[in-house]
Amino acid sequence: MNSKSQKNKVLKVDYLARVEGEGGMLVKIKGNQVTDVKFKIFEPPRFFEAFMRGRDYSEAPDITARICGICPVAYQTSSAQAMENILGVRVDGQLRALRRLLYCGEWIESHGLHVYMLHAPDFLGYEDALQIAEKNPAIVKRGLELKKIGNELMKIVGGREVHPINFKVGGFHRTPKEDELKQILPKLKWALEASIETVQWTSTFKFPDFEQDYEFVSLSHPDEYPITEGNLISNKGLNIKVEEFEQHFTEEHVEHANALHCIHNGFGPYYVGPLARYNLNFEKLTTKAKKAAKQAGLGSKCFNPFKSIIVRSVELVYACEEAIRIIESYKRPEEPFLKLEPKAGKGSGCSEAPRGMLYHRYNLAQDGTILDAKIVPPTSQNQKTIERDLLNFVRKNINLSQEKLTWQCEQAIRNYDPCISCATHFLKLEIERE
Amino acid sequence: MKKNKKPKLAVWKFSSCDGCQLSLLDCEDELLAIAGAVQIANFAEASRAIIKGPYDLSLVEGSITTPHDAERIHSIRRQSKFLVTIGACATAGGIQALRNFKDVKEFTSIVYATPEFISTLNKSTPISDHVHVDFELRGCPIDKYQLIEVLNAFLNKRKPNIPAYSVCVECKRRGIVCRMVAHGQVCLGPVTQAGCNALCPSYDRGCFGCFGPKETPNTTSLADFLSNKGMSNRDIVRIYRGLNAYAKAFRLESEAHE
Repeated sequence: MNSKSQKNKVLKVDYLARVEGEGGMLVKIKGNQVTDVKFKIFEPPRFFEAFMRGRDYSEAPDITARICGICPVAYQTSSAQAMENILGVRVDGQLRALRRLLYCGEWIESHGLHVYMLHAPDFLGYEDALQIAEKNPAIVKRGLELKKIGNELMKIVGGREVHPINFKVGGFHRTPKEDELKQILPKLKWALEASIETVQWTSTFKFPDFEQDYEFVSLSHPDEYPITEGNLISNKGLNIKVEEFEQHFTEEHVEHANALHCIHNGFGPYYVGPLARYNLNFEKLTTKAKKAAKQAGLGSKCFNPFKSIIVRSVELVYACEEAIRIIESYKRPEEPFLKLEPKAGKGSGCSEAPRGMLYHRYNLAQDGTILDAKIVPPTSQNQKTIERDLLNFVRKNINLSQEKLTWQCEQAIRNYDPCISCATHFLKLEIERE
Repeated sequence: MKKNKKPKLAVWKFSSCDGCQLSLLDCEDELLAIAGAVQIANFAEASRAIIKGPYDLSLVEGSITTPHDAERIHSIRRQSKFLVTIGACATAGGIQALRNFKDVKEFTSIVYATPEFISTLNKSTPISDHVHVDFELRGCPIDKYQLIEVLNAFLNKRKPNIPAYSVCVECKRRGIVCRMVAHGQVCLGPVTQAGCNALCPSYDRGCFGCFGPKETPNTTSLADFLSNKGMSNRDIVRIYRGLNAYAKAFRLESEAHE
C-alpha cells in the first residue's frame, strides 16, 4: 500500500488571485476521499441592502453601482428597471437601445478583462497576463485594445468606464448625439474581428475533460440574446417572470462565507453566467457569433465550465456586433428621460451582468423613499455550484501533484469569473464595538 | 530605490468594489509601460505571483470595516516605504460608511440571517484613521490619469500635482454653463474637489460629490442656498451623505441638518 496516499492532504489558497474581491479556497483530502470543500468569501460585508433604506428611489442606480467596479452597469440597469416597474413606466425605443449599448460596452470591457488578463494565464501556465506579454506581446495588446474599446463605449454613453454617471431612473441624464456614437464604429468593427480571433485563440487551449450536469438559469427574450430583460428560464423546465424569482429561489447563509448561497427550490444549486446564457439562448446569437462558435468546435450546448472562456469570447463577438447594429440605427431621442412621479409599490428588475443574472427588488413609500431592498448578485448564485465543481474536480484528479491540483482548482473557480465584492454586499452581520 | 533595481509596487484591497484598482488595469495604453518601469510585486486582482516586501510604494484601496483588517493595515504600513490610499473608501470610508450614521439597534433589526458567522466593526473608517498615509488620491472611482500622475510623482520623488480646488473651476475652464444657476439643479460642485473634469455637469447633471470635499469648502453656505431654494433638511442630509459621507466637512454639514 502506498502510505503517501493515506496521508491527509489540504489544498489551500488563502487569497485567490485574478478574481474580483477577497476569497479563498480550502479542500481537505483524507486518503483518496475528499472530506471537505469550501469556496471561502471573506470580503468584508458592506450592507448595501441596509443603507438603501431611507434613500430616494432616484439614488438607487448611483448607489448600487458601487457594489461592483467591474459591472456597475448591471447594477444600474437592474435597479432602474425595478424602480420603473414600480412607477409604471417603460423605457423603450432608442432609450432602451442606448441602455443595451452601454451594457454591450460593459460586456466587452469585462469579458476582455477576464478572457485575457484573468483566465487565459491559467491555460497557458503563466502567473499573469504580463508574463504572457513578455513572450507574446501582440496577444496581450489585442486583449487590452478590446477592453479599451469596451471602456470607450461606456465612456461615450455613460460618461466614464467605472461607475458611469449618465444612467438615470427613467432613461439618461443626456443622450449622445448621433455623431458622438458613430465615431467609435471603426474601432468596434476592429473589435469584432479581434473577438472572432479571440474565439479561435481560446479554442486552441487544452481543456480538462469535465462535463457536469448543470441547471443553467438565465434571462430569455423572444427577440434577442438576453442582456437587459426577459423571463427567467432553465434547462430543467423553469420559465417564470422576474417578479416570481423569490418564490422559486432561496438564499442560505453559511458559516464560511460573508455572502449567501442561493438555491433553486426543489432543484438545488444552479449555474448563471455566459455558459448558461449560451446554452439557453444559442439560437438568438448572430450568424457571425454562431459561426465563430462552430469553428471553435462548440456545439449549441456546452457542459464543460472550463470552456466558458470560449463562450465568453463568443459573447464578445455578439456584443461587438450588437453595439454596431444599435449605433448604425441610432436616432437621438427627443427627451433623454421619461417624467416620473413617485408612488408606493413593490417591483423587481433583472439583467445579465457579464458574470450572470442579477436580481433587484425594492419596496417604495408614497414619496419614493426606499423601504426595503433585496439584491441577488450572480456570484452568490454560483457559489454552491462552484463548490460542487471543486468537489467533483478534485475527486476526478486526486492523483495530481499538490501544486498542480491547487492551481487547477483555482482555475475551476475562475471559470465563473467570480465577483466576490458583489457577492458580499449582504447585510448579515454581527456588530462589534470598537 | 537603487538605480539598477526596479521599484516594487504593491496593491492592497480592503472593503471596496475593486473599481479603483481596476483603474490601474484600465490604463490599457500605459499598463505595459508601467509594468516596465516598476516591478508589480503584489497585485492579487492581476496576478497569482507574489513577491515579498518591503515595497517601495503601496496603493491601498478600501476602508477598514473588520477587526482583522484593522490589524492587517499596520503590517502593510510596516512593509511600505510610501503608502498612498486610492478612492473614496480608502480616503473617507466610502459608501459603506453610511452605516456610521445608523443607530446600532435599528441596524441589527434589519439583520435576518446568522449574525454569529460574521464579524464586522460598527464603523467604516478611512485608512488614515489607522496608519500614517503619504498621499490620499480621491474619487469614486479615482481618475486613472491622476493615478498615473501619483505613480510618476512617487517614483521620481516629487509631490503629486493633484489640484485641491473645486469642480466649479473645471466647469469654468471647460465653458460649461452652471447647472445650478442656469438650470436650477442641485450641484455639489462648489464644495467638491476637482479631478473628474466636471464630468456630471458636462452630462447635464449636477455634481454629486465623488471626489469629496475640496480644500476649505463652505458647505454651510451651499446648504443655506439650497434651503432658500426650498430644499428640505431631509434632502440636504441626503446630498451630503453620499459616496464621501464620512469625510469631515460633509459629515458635519449633514449632521447639522438632522
